[in-house]
Amino acid sequence: MDPVAAKYIGAGLACLGMGLAAMGVGNIFGNYLSGALRNPSAADAQFGRTFIGAALAEGLGIFSLVVALVLLFVA
Amino acid sequence: MANPIEQFEIKTLVPLGKIGGTEIAFTNSALFMVGAVALITIGLTAATARRSLVPGRFQAGAEVLYEFVAKTLREAAGHDAMQFFPLVFSLFTFVLTCNLLGLVPGFFTVTSHVIVTASLALLVIGTVIVAGFVKHGFHFLGLFVPSGVPFWLLPFMIVIEVVSFLSRPISLSLRLFANMLAGHIALKVFAGFIVSLGALAASGGVTGILGVAGATLPLAMAVGLTALEFLVAALQAYVFTILTCIYLHDALHPGH
Repeated sequence: MDPVAAKYIGAGLACLGMGLAAMGVGNIFGNYLSGALRNPSAADAQFGRTFIGAALAEGLGIFSLVVALVLLFVA
Repeated sequence: MANPIEQFEIKTLVPLGKIGGTEIAFTNSALFMVGAVALITIGLTAATARRSLVPGRFQAGAEVLYEFVAKTLREAAGHDAMQFFPLVFSLFTFVLTCNLLGLVPGFFTVTSHVIVTASLALLVIGTVIVAGFVKHGFHFLGLFVPSGVPFWLLPFMIVIEVVSFLSRPISLSLRLFANMLAGHIALKVFAGFIVSLGALAASGGVTGILGVAGATLPLAMAVGLTALEFLVAALQAYVFTILTCIYLHDALHPGH
């Protein structure tokens, strides 16, 4: 295969990881919301923790974005 | 169409000479960093210049900002972490101001460069390591030894904990950098669609009607994305701050 084509295919494949990270982040906020609707008084205390979880899940998706950017612009 | 990466280009404004083979210069990045610091300093000084018991509009804003960061730090790292409040508050306001300044059209986004966010992340991790060793000596290394783990599992757990600790500055810096970079690239790509489809609309005829419809859609998307970027700018500054607080918690209270 042409190495340039392989590079672009690889960058596209790396972006799949971002979609999977989106599922993770959506899962966290969806569960936070369903928990918050069941017990609104406890919601505010868990707000920070929700964002920590979302940040950690999102971080892994961002690693795949970085892989894609490195393939496109650096490698 | 304009290159969406072009906006991140570092331009030399005032060359300051060379150290070794490396050029030292006052760049547009440095200009916006100085601008952000000046904006924060002048804004907060002006807001608290005439302190009154019943705060005015600007003083109330400054107090809300102070209380927000203080509450985040106290909840995530405990009351004794307030000695690090100046660091955490500076980080939050600097990252927030740089993110928001970058959203002004034509302005340079300082935090979209990994070298800037990596420096901030290394500052945080360096503080955590130094504070941990100063406060707890070699007990700080207890951070890497989870309690309640069977002894045959310990070597693996220690390796995992060390790797997870070392990946913290990487993920902390990459998260902020990649969010700002990706957001600004997306904005620029949609803005490019407006221009190219707008040119089609200007050509007139049947394709012109298609072009009008085609250019309106990305324009609406660009407006929506800009609103989303404001959310992301504030959110990423908050995430950077709260993760800093959690890492400081590890330095002050090592051991699981």
